[in-house]
Amino acid sequence: MKIIYNGEKDRAFKEVYPEVIPALCEEDPRVVYLDADLMNCIGMLKWANEHPDRAFDCGIAEANMAGIAAGLASVGFKPIIHTFGPFASRRCFDQVFLSAGYAHNDITVIGSDPGVCAALNGGTHMPFEDVALYRTIPTATIFDIADTAQLADLLKQSVNMKGVKYFRVNRKNNIKVYEPGSHFTAGKGIVTKEYGCDAVIFASGIMLGKAMEAADKLHGEGIDVTVADLFTIKPLDEELVIDLAGKCGAVVTAENHNRIGGLTSAVCECLAMNAPTPVSCVAVEDEFGEVGPQDYLEERFGLTTDRIITKVKEVIEKK
Amino acid sequence: MLEAAKLTELKKLSLEIRIAILEAIGSLGAGHLGGALSIADALAVLYGEIMKYDPADPGMEDRDKVVCSKGHAGPALYATLAVKGFFPYEMLKTLNRPGTHLPSHCDRLLTPGIDATTGSLGQGTSEAVGMALGDKLKGLKCRTFLFVGDGESNEGQVWEAAMFAGAKKVNNLVWLIDDNKKQLDGRTADVLPVFDFVEKFKAFGFDAVRIDGNDLEQLYEALSAEAGDKPRAIILDTVKGKGIKEIEETEFNHSLGGDEATFERWKDGLRKELEALA
Repeated sequence: MKIIYNGEKDRAFKEVYPEVIPALCEEDPRVVYLDADLMNCIGMLKWANEHPDRAFDCGIAEANMAGIAAGLASVGFKPIIHTFGPFASRRCFDQVFLSAGYAHNDITVIGSDPGVCAALNGGTHMPFEDVALYRTIPTATIFDIADTAQLADLLKQSVNMKGVKYFRVNRKNNIKVYEPGSHFTAGKGIVTKEYGCDAVIFASGIMLGKAMEAADKLHGEGIDVTVADLFTIKPLDEELVIDLAGKCGAVVTAENHNRIGGLTSAVCECLAMNAPTPVSCVAVEDEFGEVGPQDYLEERFGLTTDRIITKVKEVIEKK
Repeated sequence: MLEAAKLTELKKLSLEIRIAILEAIGSLGAGHLGGALSIADALAVLYGEIMKYDPADPGMEDRDKVVCSKGHAGPALYATLAVKGFFPYEMLKTLNRPGTHLPSHCDRLLTPGIDATTGSLGQGTSEAVGMALGDKLKGLKCRTFLFVGDGESNEGQVWEAAMFAGAKKVNNLVWLIDDNKKQLDGRTADVLPVFDFVEKFKAFGFDAVRIDGNDLEQLYEALSAEAGDKPRAIILDTVKGKGIKEIEETEFNHSLGGDEATFERWKDGLRKELEALA
């Protein structure tokens, strides 16, 4: 594990799938890939067409896709299913909950374009609630992916993990944080910046790069914070959260999700019950999504580096 | 054609299954009797003649599989599995009791011989399609038999799964519609008619036939037919509550019950039919 963050953009996430999924299928005859008419959006269509015994386009029928994946799992397969985040969560929630989760049929679900990453697809396609839904599935694992190194490694691991595994992943480019080939441990957060203990920022997904930028800028102003990547929202790394909150005494969460039910809720639940600590958050304030370029939407919903800086200063005042 | 002796054996099995359904539900006093009794004959033919399975090895990889998507008919399957020796007969009396292995709706994790978890209607269809597809990918020769209710076919997922099965030619799937003409709120024709099942399944890429689903000979003929290149839909024309006249004649018979004496009277009637065949 090496952190190579310098503020530059990573390559696009959609380049990862055609590298990783075919390799997983090659290694293990039980891995299969299903999609709901969005193979072409993640670069998988060509390989899928060449491998009709390993890739199944279920058409625009996400509930059925989730159920078929559960059925395949029950006879020994390791299915990976993909669609856009709102359809991978809201649209097939009962099927993922019962046919997969409750019935112990282990599947991997990839939800593309979480939150503001849905950009020009607009509010109908903009899940600010997918983490909240998946958190209520007992035994589910939820990954909010920060960069391509993280996606590649965790996707490889996920096919052999128990339960329902949910990935929320941008298709475009995030800020690069980790060296390619890095290894990640599900359920273990990573300290990615460590200037000091004035406050700690817990971030995930597209907000991690912004949190690191905020830490650099705050350092320039004489405020020294720690940043931790909580890429596994469930199970939460409670040990790390309690430890860093205890050392810093002030917490900011940063997530591309409604503050109800996501990373903020998870961190607050953990701290309220174990180590009460002042918390402030950068998250969507219980609103529906809307259409626009991603940079516009980040400003519109307050998911910015500047807002993280403001919230850090506010929460330090509460210490 | 089914030999006369075989037919008698299947008739006996169907009566034993019905008695066992009454044992299970009677131990509580109420349950989903109507839709359990309507599929007892199909289960008798499947487990008596058609399916490959081993009660001592319920997870055998190349077994034929049953998915009861109308999960509330679980007691019909439990009755069949108990009669066939998957678990002790006395266990039927634990139905829905705390800590039971026999919950009201089928659970693959709890009951030996139950292949799929169902209950949220429609979901078993996709699960069964996935299981059949998986067995086909593995090159196994086994089949998956899927029970779906006529009322359950109100669910959109049912038709998503049928479209997929037809389009991808999942021909090791046998889709059985228990067309018992009723759902919880009344007659399916009144609540939400599902139109012509045979024509619909043909349009969805299936071979489809309608038979008397309480007629053992017709069931045997339809279920023993060789698979073609398409999945097969068999529309079972059934009577909800079949086998117990009082239940058949009760208009709202989706879920109902009776006191101990009533259940004993119903079982006695079936036992007399069984003795007459001996």
